[in-house]
Amino acid sequence: MTRDGRSLIAALAGIVGARHVRTALPERITYARDGLPTHRRVPGVVVLPGSRDEVIAIVRLLAALGVPFVPRGAGTGLSGGALADADAVLVVLTRLNRILRIDPRNHLAVVEPGVVNVRLSAAAAPDGLLYSPDPSSQTACTIGGNVAENAGGPHCLKYGVTATHVLALEVVLADGQVVELGSLSGEPWGPDLVGLFVGSEGNFGIATRITVRLLPIPRAVRTLLADFAALRTAGEAVSAVIASGIVPAALEMMDQSCIRAVEDSVYAAGYPRDAAAVLLLELDGAQESAVAADAETIAGILHAHGARSVTVAADAKQRERLWQGRKKAFGAMGRLSRDLVVQDAVVPRSALPDVLETIARIAGAYGLTVSNVFHAGDGNLHPNISFDGRVPGLKARVDEASGEIMAACIAAGGTITGEHGVGLDKLRYMPLLFDGDALAAMRAVRRVFDPEERVNPGKVVPVHACREWVGSVNAERGTRNARADVRSDFRVPTSALET
Amino acid sequence: MSLVDRVRALLGDDAVDVAATHDGVPRVAPASPDAVALLLGTAREEGWHVRIEGAGSWLPTDAPVDLALTTRRLDHVPAIEPQDLAATVEAGIGCDLLRQQLADRGTWLALDPPGLAGRSLGSVVATATAGPLRQGFGSVRDHLLGVTFVTGDGRLVQSGGRVMKNVAGYDLTKLAAGGFGAFGVIVLVHLRLRALPRADQTLVLEGSREELAQVSEDIAAAAVQPAAHELMSPALARRERWLLAVRFAGSAALVSAEETALRAATGGGGRFTPLRADEAHALWMRAAESFATRPVTFRIGGLPDSSDELLDLLQHQVGDEWISASPGVGAIRWGGETTVDRLRRLRRSLAGLEVPLTLERASWPVRAAVGHFGAYREGVGPLVAGLRRTFDPAEAFVVAVEGAE
Ligand SMILES: Cc1cc2nc3c(=O)[nH]c(=O)nc-3n(C[C@H](O)[C@H](O)[C@H](O)COP(=O)(O)OP(=O)(O)OC[C@H]3O[C@@H](n4cnc5c(N)ncnc54)[C@H](O)[C@@H]3O)c2cc1C
Repeated sequence: MTRDGRSLIAALAGIVGARHVRTALPERITYARDGLPTHRRVPGVVVLPGSRDEVIAIVRLLAALGVPFVPRGAGTGLSGGALADADAVLVVLTRLNRILRIDPRNHLAVVEPGVVNVRLSAAAAPDGLLYSPDPSSQTACTIGGNVAENAGGPHCLKYGVTATHVLALEVVLADGQVVELGSLSGEPWGPDLVGLFVGSEGNFGIATRITVRLLPIPRAVRTLLADFAALRTAGEAVSAVIASGIVPAALEMMDQSCIRAVEDSVYAAGYPRDAAAVLLLELDGAQESAVAADAETIAGILHAHGARSVTVAADAKQRERLWQGRKKAFGAMGRLSRDLVVQDAVVPRSALPDVLETIARIAGAYGLTVSNVFHAGDGNLHPNISFDGRVPGLKARVDEASGEIMAACIAAGGTITGEHGVGLDKLRYMPLLFDGDALAAMRAVRRVFDPEERVNPGKVVPVHACREWVGSVNAERGTRNARADVRSDFRVPTSALET
Repeated sequence: MSLVDRVRALLGDDAVDVAATHDGVPRVAPASPDAVALLLGTAREEGWHVRIEGAGSWLPTDAPVDLALTTRRLDHVPAIEPQDLAATVEAGIGCDLLRQQLADRGTWLALDPPGLAGRSLGSVVATATAGPLRQGFGSVRDHLLGVTFVTGDGRLVQSGGRVMKNVAGYDLTKLAAGGFGAFGVIVLVHLRLRALPRADQTLVLEGSREELAQVSEDIAAAAVQPAAHELMSPALARRERWLLAVRFAGSAALVSAEETALRAATGGGGRFTPLRADEAHALWMRAAESFATRPVTFRIGGLPDSSDELLDLLQHQVGDEWISASPGVGAIRWGGETTVDRLRRLRRSLAGLEVPLTLERASWPVRAAVGHFGAYREGVGPLVAGLRRTFDPAEAFVVAVEGAE
């Protein structure tokens, strides 16, 4: 290890205590991936601050030394966003896990970034409130990670994604300066910098305090399961439900491959194994009679659009079971093979039937198993590719098939990610979606927050595709991701700091 | 070559209307987003100062500039997709025209901004002026899927897209919404729509402000979920006393159940009077249009439990003749006549309570002195300045983002 490396580690230990600085290779390797198996980077050092003051001190230290760093929450991300290279420090925020305040009268909560998503709803429940964004990973992922990715979840169809629920943020910028964005009411003090920060994938700084809106727990709920003999019919039924004007709280779809994986697992939910697809719908609201009537209307629409059967959960237990199958579907599919790539794209809802067929064709052409479980009401697809990364050449095939799926979604008027972010994984698709000016504008905005591009370097914007931006200060410096090979990174990078 | 000749050579004779503005500033109406880009690229080269105008009915068209750029001719609607509940529209279209076109396709944009009915959509987005429907459907940004804007140096920047969820890249749409045009001219907007509500019912209750505040609390406590829940001052509602207007929109079952819940929560019986559709329309329209006729309009963002205190503060410092407040979300819009000094003092008082004040409309001297924004929290000023430099390096746009104080 270099002398610089040793003094950095000593200085970090001086801030957080030696216990919370991880330098040994086996320890660092545990942080080499996030939820996506295709990218691997071993961070130079891992540091786990225990308070916002420690975060500030760390960031100021790294600014003084010019060392890049990467914020990380629970590491459940699915785009390689929370990975750090050997020359960077990984700042893990899971120890900042306090719920600082719940204000039941004004329906808001103030939390540290490492609070696990589901804990907030549990803490708010005694006041009759919940935190609405509910990613399927909610028992593990952090609110900080949710903010950085603008995470979604099944119930975002009616209530909106994370951005809708974040009111204010305290952020430590790359130079260690602390800024306060937004207000408790959500009305900004100036331009909407909270809205800009949410979804910035750790490129604009570290969120150290997050104020979110809470919603009343709905008093009435109906959960419906509809099963279909063809994927296309299920896709068409989605459009029919949306057109009805009744907005379900959630509208999820699972295809046969996913249904069978769930039914073969401990999370078996009673989904019909012979169905080509099921739709899981939830209606909720404050008024029992309205929810009951709307549920009946929706059941009618589903029948009219080809559902073989529509089951309404009889009680909370059955509802829980139906949801358990959906929420654990990724885990169940994980059993199908050694590796699972969870893809993420969005298409206009009316394009779902065609795009699902296209995806099946692509899977067939590449000889891959693709299972679909996704937020159908939003048109947010998750084609999941099961494979064994040890088989020579297979990963390259998965990459190519993923690329074709993305291209098909873009051709249908869609986008390359609805909730998992760009990270490292989707850099290569950004130029398919945005021209050089749009990419350069993004990069220029990032440099307002982080002029040296030191926070989470090499993510989100493919710098080689940016057009020159006159307005930005010094647009030609730093081209990290131009160097990064986003296609093959199973190599452990050699680090100057490696022990 | 004179500015007018230069612009005519660039965009054609019919793009410039020399006689149109009261202050003698040539008004240029580009007919396409590319024309806007061409014009602003030239403005940067020539050092022209530009003000952005929509229909000219909301923000006074009085900023001192070399030319006024109006989005009036950007009034096409390239796509309304009822099956996807999405639309792509040019920013210069009037809200009234858009509303009609959407309704013809069974869809609805759940925004009821203050101002005249013909206000341009772009102006609503740029100033983030949501109306009473913010209670049920959120603020302006919640209705946007993406925007395309032209920067001060003439670059077309697309952000977001036309699908319901999108996290590809940073969300520049959020900057455009409520940026008061400081970052660019919004030329194209992708909107999230809703199906036209099958039922739409407004109920009203007149009383003293204190009485109605209590009723509002009862509504919130009973988890009644209105689309709008607005407390209006007597002048605004054209009533003898304050008016609480509650609107439900959605399926027939929902509206009827909510109405029953409202009555149960507020002492039952016939306290609230249901309005006929034409009466409701007139009430909401009048309230919205009234704000376009006051010399000054601002909004403040408080918390639900501070609504009363904030209304007292307003009454004390600037009067409470023209007020529309959403007690359920804590937002208050004020209209009336006041001075620069009073506005500054009020902003300071509110800042002490952690409540932002956004100046929505006023004459240029007032805007320039007070700024749309002010009393920034820690570290925000340099970020805003950096963003402005990024998108408008030559300071072509004349926008009073911050005041002169
Ligand atoms: C089984 C499974 C199911 C999933 N289901 C969903 C789903 O339904 N919806 C959905 O949206 N996602 C889902 N995800 C993806 C993932 O859980 C989300 O992206 C989540 O928001 C990541 O949170 P995290 O704490 O794990 O963040 P990490 O993975 O640790 O980090 C993600 C990004 O956030 C940044 N970051 C983390 N904390 C901060 C901070 N405090 N300040 C600034 N930047 C920060 C990191 O740098 C990184 O770029 C799923 C993942 C798995 C494994």
